[in-house]
Amino acid sequence: MAEAKKTFSIKGMHCASCVSVLERSLKKVPGVFLAGVNLATEQATVSYDPGQVNESQLSEAVSRVGYSAEFIAAEKSEEAIQQEKRKELKKLKGLVIVSLVLGGLILWGSFPAVSETAPELLKSYWTQLVLAGAVQFWAGWQFYAAAVKSIKHRTANMDTLVALGTTTAFAYSVFITVWPSVVKSLGIEPMPYFDVSTIIIGLILLGRYFEAKAKAGTGEAIKKLVGLQAKTARKVIGGKEIDVPIMEVKLGDILRVRPGEKIPVDGVVTEGSSLVDESMVTGESMPVNKQVKDIIVGATINKTGSFLMQATKVGQDTMLAQIVKLVQQAQGSKAPIQRIADKISSYFVPIVIMLSVATFVLWYDFGPQPNLPFALLSAVTVLIVACPCAMGLATPTAIMVGTGKGAEHGILIKDAESLETAHKIDSIIFDKTGTLTKGKPEVTDILPFGNMTTRDILIISASLEVGSEHSLAESVVNMAHTENIKLQSMENFRSIPGHGVEGVLNRKRVTLGNRRLMLQDKIDIAAIEPQIELLENQGKTVMILALNGKVAGIIAVADVIKDSARDAISTLKAMRLQTAMITGDNIRTAKAVAQSLGIEKVLAEVLPGQKEAEVRKIQAEGKIAAMVGDGINDAPALAASDVGIAMGSGTDIAMESADITLVNKDLSSVAASIRLSKKTMRAIKQNLFWAFGYNIILIPVAMGVLYPFFHVLLNPIFASLAMALSSISVVLNSLRLRKAKINIAD
Amino acid sequence: MTIYMTADKILVTIFGTLGIGLTYWFFLMKKEKAIEAKEVADVVVEGGYSPGVISVQHGKTTVLNFIRKDPNSCLEEVVIPEFKVRKFLPLNEKVEIAINPARKGKFDLSCGMNMYHGKIIVK
Repeated sequence: MAEAKKTFSIKGMHCASCVSVLERSLKKVPGVFLAGVNLATEQATVSYDPGQVNESQLSEAVSRVGYSAEFIAAEKSEEAIQQEKRKELKKLKGLVIVSLVLGGLILWGSFPAVSETAPELLKSYWTQLVLAGAVQFWAGWQFYAAAVKSIKHRTANMDTLVALGTTTAFAYSVFITVWPSVVKSLGIEPMPYFDVSTIIIGLILLGRYFEAKAKAGTGEAIKKLVGLQAKTARKVIGGKEIDVPIMEVKLGDILRVRPGEKIPVDGVVTEGSSLVDESMVTGESMPVNKQVKDIIVGATINKTGSFLMQATKVGQDTMLAQIVKLVQQAQGSKAPIQRIADKISSYFVPIVIMLSVATFVLWYDFGPQPNLPFALLSAVTVLIVACPCAMGLATPTAIMVGTGKGAEHGILIKDAESLETAHKIDSIIFDKTGTLTKGKPEVTDILPFGNMTTRDILIISASLEVGSEHSLAESVVNMAHTENIKLQSMENFRSIPGHGVEGVLNRKRVTLGNRRLMLQDKIDIAAIEPQIELLENQGKTVMILALNGKVAGIIAVADVIKDSARDAISTLKAMRLQTAMITGDNIRTAKAVAQSLGIEKVLAEVLPGQKEAEVRKIQAEGKIAAMVGDGINDAPALAASDVGIAMGSGTDIAMESADITLVNKDLSSVAASIRLSKKTMRAIKQNLFWAFGYNIILIPVAMGVLYPFFHVLLNPIFASLAMALSSISVVLNSLRLRKAKINIAD
Repeated sequence: MTIYMTADKILVTIFGTLGIGLTYWFFLMKKEKAIEAKEVADVVVEGGYSPGVISVQHGKTTVLNFIRKDPNSCLEEVVIPEFKVRKFLPLNEKVEIAINPARKGKFDLSCGMNMYHGKIIVK
């Protein structure tokens, strides 16, 4: 017995007793095996025999006890959709085999060269009529059904063409079989075309079969992403751990994640630590160390340790769900390049029908004798060879594969238009802090003087800075922590804003700060001036440490450039893109950073509100500019640019303001995005060229334009083969993108 | 070579021309009336979309319930590019698509292969 499962919402529940009342009522419906109602999610899950139970019975069972059921909200699962598609494919396969086998038999009995060897039965026109009739009205029924339905709407499509074409060939053949003498009296040899009508149907169905199979591949990325979702979570309730379905995880739940398990939802680590492989969601290949308070993303894999986490995002709010939604939306959007194809394809089928009628008339009036079969076959060939599907598939299949491919690499593309524009980009503007740099100052240089060591300088400075709240101070203390240095206690700590800090350690007066502080304390720094200048020219901030009024060392701090930045920039330059950097920093620091990265243009001392204007200035020079930023502070600049690229996590508002979001936070993905765009656009152009070229060349050939010169006519069977291959080739060309290399490392 | 227009040829020419004219009129000159959707509208997917033209209010959320009754695989997906929708429509099941138009205009609605068309008019 079949068993189906359905989850639907219930309105009007307020207490735990509602749950049991509802469950009882649902279970009473004949054919329902199990019914579970969840008060928290206000949802019922019912497993039942679909042959016995339908929605209205369930709905009635719910309303009988005073609540209302809502079925529409429950989305059909990806698995169910796949199952439906598989069932359809299987049915199609059967139709293809039957029609091609029967078509083959008819061909054997009728094709001049081979019919000698065929049994008499197959040579009989009446036998052929029966076999062809079966194909025409059983295997080909779907064409009629679709054609009739669309004619009611006064639209025509592929099915209309196939139905018209094959019916014409079939009807003519039937006429010949039934009244051969009538045809003979017109001076035409009574030769039916049952082979034509059946084999056309067989081949077109075969084409549809392969097309459907190939098309399934274009949506693979979404399937993979959805498949990443964990099915269950291990919930901790009152010290006990129980496995619950993922749907039942609520905000704030404490969950246990063991090594090797998938992290069920987004959350924060509350106890324990582990290495987490986030590659499936972010594309980042190195496992990341996660400790208490660290954010973890659902659907990533816990490698080493066991830990507890608190759920902060569940259901449709998780990063994975957001990513899936974004990719789905992108695949539903339309690329501007598609507009012409759209316009043409909406007129295409009626035009082909008109051309086919014209072909008939021209061949009948001016063609050679016997004019009727010539006119008929040519008209049928025109109907069959025309391939509107290829035009319809050319752009969307490539967009689907392209956006999916991006998602696999941690590149989320908002819509088809962004993907299309990205290939035209000729200059890229980077925001500095947090994009090219890590956004957190780090100690870069420690220079000891006299008999001091690097370690001494760090111990003293960190012991002093621990009392300060300045971000530069934090970097010194952090460094001491990573070096496992034990800090010493400082007396008489004093912070002098805009200058530095002072204190007393082991009865020595300690001063740490900038030039101004040294000047104020009358400490001579003339001897170390060259070193200070050198560091400052590298874009670093310098702090001078003095003990009892004498210089002891220098600590230089800088916002460290990301490891991936240098390679990313040089790759972009190799792609002949102009690079620019925009920052609020002073020109000296900005220039130093830009120079070390090889960035050509520097826009320094730009206030956050002015970034947008700077982007517009570059665009005014006729450039197609991409802006790369963190997506939060520079949202207006991202929106103003032609393609806004945000480096950020999937849950950020960044995804709203940016055209492309790099969830892998990898700068080299900027180049990868542009490469992906170029490859996708190339595939689209090839597809459109093929789809249009095919129709533009083969329709006139089918009409017989070559006949007066070369006596060449297209056989309708070849026409159907060409048409089937045409749409498949477009889909296959799009699928090639799946294997395209977009990363240098690939 | 002289071509004689015999009676049958004249007939074929006349009927052919009429056929072309009829095809043009039937498929390319149709005008559909827009059906106004309040908050919810059902769209039956069977050989096309009924209603074929739906008018919705600007700035308001309208829920379109698509019900595919046509087993033809061409109609298995519905695409509304303006609202970034590409949805699989399971046979005989209601699929809810909520749209909240941010701008006015005429927007296309089509099947996955762009063979069947409908329109959403935002007023």
